[in-house]
Amino acid sequence: MNNVMETVRDYVLREFLPGEEPSTLTAETPLISGGIIDSIDAVRLIVFLESEFGIEVEAFDADLDHLDTLAAIERFVATKRSAGET
Amino acid sequence: MTAGSLHEFLVRAAGRTPDAVAVEELEGFRLTYAELDRLSDRLCDHLRRQGVERGDRVALCLTKSADAIAAIFGILKAGAAYVPLDPDAPAARDALIVQDSGARVLLVESAYEAALVPEVRATGAAPSLLVVPRAGGGRGLSAALPVAASDAALPPPPAGPPVGPADLAYILYTSGSTGRPKGVTLTHGNGISFVDWCSDEFRPCGSERFSLHPPLHFDMSISDVFLSIKHGATIVPIDPRTGRDPFTLGKVIAERRLSFWISVPSILAMLAEHGHLERYDFSALRCLLFAGEVFPIAKLRRLRELLPGPRMYNLYGPTETNVCTFQEIPDRIPPERATPFPIGRACGHAATRVTGPDGADVEPGAEGELCVAGPGVMRGYWNLPERTAQAFLAADGRRWYRTGDIVREAEDGALEFLGRRDRMVKRHGYRIELGEIEAALGDHPAISESAVVATSDGGDVRIRAVCHAGTEPRPSAVEMKAWFASRLPRYMIPDTVHFLDALPRTSTGKVDLQRLKELF
Repeated sequence: MNNVMETVRDYVLREFLPGEEPSTLTAETPLISGGIIDSIDAVRLIVFLESEFGIEVEAFDADLDHLDTLAAIERFVATKRSAGET
Repeated sequence: MTAGSLHEFLVRAAGRTPDAVAVEELEGFRLTYAELDRLSDRLCDHLRRQGVERGDRVALCLTKSADAIAAIFGILKAGAAYVPLDPDAPAARDALIVQDSGARVLLVESAYEAALVPEVRATGAAPSLLVVPRAGGGRGLSAALPVAASDAALPPPPAGPPVGPADLAYILYTSGSTGRPKGVTLTHGNGISFVDWCSDEFRPCGSERFSLHPPLHFDMSISDVFLSIKHGATIVPIDPRTGRDPFTLGKVIAERRLSFWISVPSILAMLAEHGHLERYDFSALRCLLFAGEVFPIAKLRRLRELLPGPRMYNLYGPTETNVCTFQEIPDRIPPERATPFPIGRACGHAATRVTGPDGADVEPGAEGELCVAGPGVMRGYWNLPERTAQAFLAADGRRWYRTGDIVREAEDGALEFLGRRDRMVKRHGYRIELGEIEAALGDHPAISESAVVATSDGGDVRIRAVCHAGTEPRPSAVEMKAWFASRLPRYMIPDTVHFLDALPRTSTGKVDLQRLKELF
């Protein structure tokens, strides 16, 4: 796993799955549809992504689909970063 | 009362201001009063041709839209009670509600049909279906109904006697401690008495623009829908995605010039924290109401600083009574105030008393259970006569609903909320019976014993499931959360799942819930 995914994974484990065996949270584990984070948690997650990776989320353009797995979050952060550079 | 039925509000407003906008969706569709009245008439006729009669129930699983609002009025006009389902809840839970309510017809949006209908059939219920293509602007509902010239549009059977205040208007299902949701039955008179009180207190006018933020299965939606229609105002439904998105919600409130807002405190707290409210112009916002849970004072103070303009109120009332007490929030919250605002004084349509375990009034200023009587109080729980009987206290020739909320009357007469006498908790304004979560856990094949406790963390409720697994390996927290998500509405899913080799016991052998709370 790369840095972004690893950082987000640590955050999700710490905030929403305390005490969980880390290996159960994979890149494709559904976070929202799988009941791990709810809509208010999703806001906290976005705020974390903004401060951690220096991106700005305009709306839920984050859209929940973009936050449902660690892999999707990684793609989302990459898209935001490249948009920020142009 | 200012009307004989809730739908009379629509008929009258459509007569007064047929061209005024009744519903304006965020996507731009608008429905005038004349259009809303006509569309609801068409549904009413269709339902009556389907055999729906006065006193029947009609369930609806539709996204919050002009179509859903028209559906509510069409069902009421047909003399039936509407039973709103939660499109976001697991289909099996919604199916239980369809079955329990004995709904004769189920209006379902096509997006939910494939998941919901088989679950409904599996319960043995067989309501007629009315499948609504994508709801929006009333077009979905209109397309689902027969056109006037077709064979299916034969004249409906002659109308029966008119619906009156004692007729059932809606059944709202709330969490049940036995694992099955229970239906709170409310009459037209219950709804009208609440709406009339809102009119007296908040004085809305026809140019008012109401948000519709709560979902339709949540009792808070009643004031938005019926108060707005009564006054010929405009309802702006807030879709669930926008509704929980603090990054856009403030902009929507400002740009749509919303003047009347009601929601749970957790949404407002999120807006104050992340909504960049200082960027927008909220000069149209006149009245801001919140209800459903305690608003932590630091978060409320922050919101008040950002929104000093509107009149602000804390409303209180379980689904069973409608709103029954209220407290106005001052323009400026003094920095020394460290506790939440009280739930306030009884509304004009409600009477309150504070009782001890024997049912007698406690001394002024002592703790006791809040009991409520008046025209807003429900008839009872649907099909649960024993549970209904237990919920009421008979005194002074009146039925007093026992709220289960422990309160104290302050010297100035305002009631302060102190806690619960049972195991119900509130999260994001939703009622959660911890027993319903335990009942779901009881179905898990690997869990031999479990208990659910709620703890409070800086004003935020945290729900913790504590389990003993009968077999190894224990399910992971990820697996448990996915399992909960398939059975419980999202707001009921425990925050944490813990496994113990044995659950602590009291001296009488019961699970020691107090000890569990201390452990986590």
